[in-house]
Amino acid sequence: MIYREAGQFKTTYASDQQLFPILQDRVFVIGFLVFAFGVMPFIGTEYLFRAILVPFLILSLAAIGLNILVGYCGQVSLGTGAFMAVGAYAAYNLAIRVPDLNLIVVFLLSGVFSSLVGVLFGFPSLRIKGFYLAVATLAAQFFIDWLFARVKWFTNDSSSGSVSAPPLEIFGRVFDSPEEKYLLVLAFVCVFALIARNLTRGAIGRSWMATRDMDVAAEVIGIRPMAAKLSAFAVSSFFVGVAGALWAFVYLGSWEPLAFDVNRSFQLLFMIIIGGLGSILGSFLGAAFIVILPLVLNQLPRALGVSLSTEMVSHIEIMVFGALIVIFLIAEPRGLARLWAVGKEKLRLWPFPH
Amino acid sequence: MGSKLAPWLEVIIGGLMSGVLYSLVALGLVLIFKASGVFNFAQGAMVLFAALSLVRLMEKMPFILALAVTIAIMVALAWLIERLVLRPLVNQEGIVLFMATLGVAYFIDGLGQTIWGSDIYTLHVGMPKEPKILFESTFEGGILVSMEDVIAAILAAVMVAALALFFQKTSTGRALRAVADDHQAAQSIGIPLNRIWVIVWSVAGLVALVAGIIWGSKLGVQFSLQLVALKALPVVILGGFTSIPGAIIGGLIIGLGEKVSEVYLGPTLGGGIENWFAYVLALIFLLFRPEGLFGERHIDRV
Repeated sequence: MIYREAGQFKTTYASDQQLFPILQDRVFVIGFLVFAFGVMPFIGTEYLFRAILVPFLILSLAAIGLNILVGYCGQVSLGTGAFMAVGAYAAYNLAIRVPDLNLIVVFLLSGVFSSLVGVLFGFPSLRIKGFYLAVATLAAQFFIDWLFARVKWFTNDSSSGSVSAPPLEIFGRVFDSPEEKYLLVLAFVCVFALIARNLTRGAIGRSWMATRDMDVAAEVIGIRPMAAKLSAFAVSSFFVGVAGALWAFVYLGSWEPLAFDVNRSFQLLFMIIIGGLGSILGSFLGAAFIVILPLVLNQLPRALGVSLSTEMVSHIEIMVFGALIVIFLIAEPRGLARLWAVGKEKLRLWPFPH
Repeated sequence: MGSKLAPWLEVIIGGLMSGVLYSLVALGLVLIFKASGVFNFAQGAMVLFAALSLVRLMEKMPFILALAVTIAIMVALAWLIERLVLRPLVNQEGIVLFMATLGVAYFIDGLGQTIWGSDIYTLHVGMPKEPKILFESTFEGGILVSMEDVIAAILAAVMVAALALFFQKTSTGRALRAVADDHQAAQSIGIPLNRIWVIVWSVAGLVALVAGIIWGSKLGVQFSLQLVALKALPVVILGGFTSIPGAIIGGLIIGLGEKVSEVYLGPTLGGGIENWFAYVLALIFLLFRPEGLFGERHIDRV
């Protein structure tokens, strides 16, 4: 009864093509945003912001970026961690070498750098695809890991290889409390999610999806594969780069190249598989799942009265991850986002089954 | 000559030897890909799992028994993978299967370390540790060759020969090749797909075991064994996914290139380039020949 769209008539193209055509969705999303911006900063605890919400939001942003590439354009990438690293180090170098630059500009520019590197490593995708490409993106991962660890210029000649971000000062205001950091990240993620949503439902998103579904056929109907694939790489690594800069500046504060190793790439890939390939909402759901699951797995044995060593818990954690990946691929290849969509379908008919 | 040539030859031989070890892991990948079209990311985890099982079982029983039990475990693992992962995913796209093997890799990895522990174990299977100096009369100082590597190379050669015979001469091998060519056609003439998959994954498990024994006794059985297996990916890319000789030659090229570049380019670039050299080499190669050295040419149809 609640989720019924009968009587909602669309009389203009604009109203038919809006982001959330169903009234209930609009109300829900606006309510959610009001809650996230207006209520959450007052009721959240420091632990909640630091350990859950901030990493969740930043990883969601990176997952959206990866989802554009893998979920929408069908180019599997195992090099996401590297592109996050490019964003992080670009932001670091811009911030210390051009101190007067506004941090928001720094973040956006680091996305541009990451985007350039992404296009460079995206070139092989014009000739190879599938797992060949997946392995080729590993080349980006290992090369960039090495680059930031070995070339001293990037770390401003730091002796240990680890670097610290300058304070988060934007428009003369320093963002240092957990709530402020949360709001900053939230604002970024909301804007970028909106951009991603609109890109993916426009002409460019259509050309990505056509390329994903069958690239030869897409070429035949007049989609230029080169433009589609490279633009997917560019947009995706832009998002991932900004996420990397935020991860380094807001979440980590100080970091070393290991923060962006190949495990980060796998983690992000798992997020979009579990969340739902080719879905913006899925990126959020997957990120939430992967951020919260380790916390649950850590608490669960204690709650049940079983004591496990931390080592054991981490082994069990990767086992559960592995099993979940396989289970999701078999049972629901389109992930949590699909479950949500099915739930909405059911609600539409509720309480009658037909 | 002599004094200049000997270290150079040493680098080359060392490179070729480690190349043989890479191709051993790559072989497992190619086998599975040939017979089921699955790009098995879990091969590295299987190497670690096999080596861990063997080394922990050897604490409790004699070597031969431990070996037998480990083989049984690997076959059981193959059966489980076929049952729980491959069968439900049959007819899915290659990339979905690839991601499934990523999950399998994580699972096996966690399972192995949960059951067998995650310390570093030393594996002694009677491989000679002493390096040998050869051609002392020809070159000044001779050439230092690790006997362990030589034995590994011989083992790998025997293994490849055995696999080639198995593929060419036995009826099971013929069935395997038929499945590799066309799943549906093979099935329609009565070749049981499920059984073939179990066989292939078992064989890949055995290859993983041999690789695990050799690598394990060289480096110790520990988590980093899995990373060694990451080296096998550029090898198969270079050699072509479907070619057993490709895996061998790709391994030799990568091993050689890696050592030579580390010794002669490494100092100028800052060292540690072994980590990415193979990948970048494979990447550049792919730009010119996307199907690898010996891979089959791909024709796309709508």
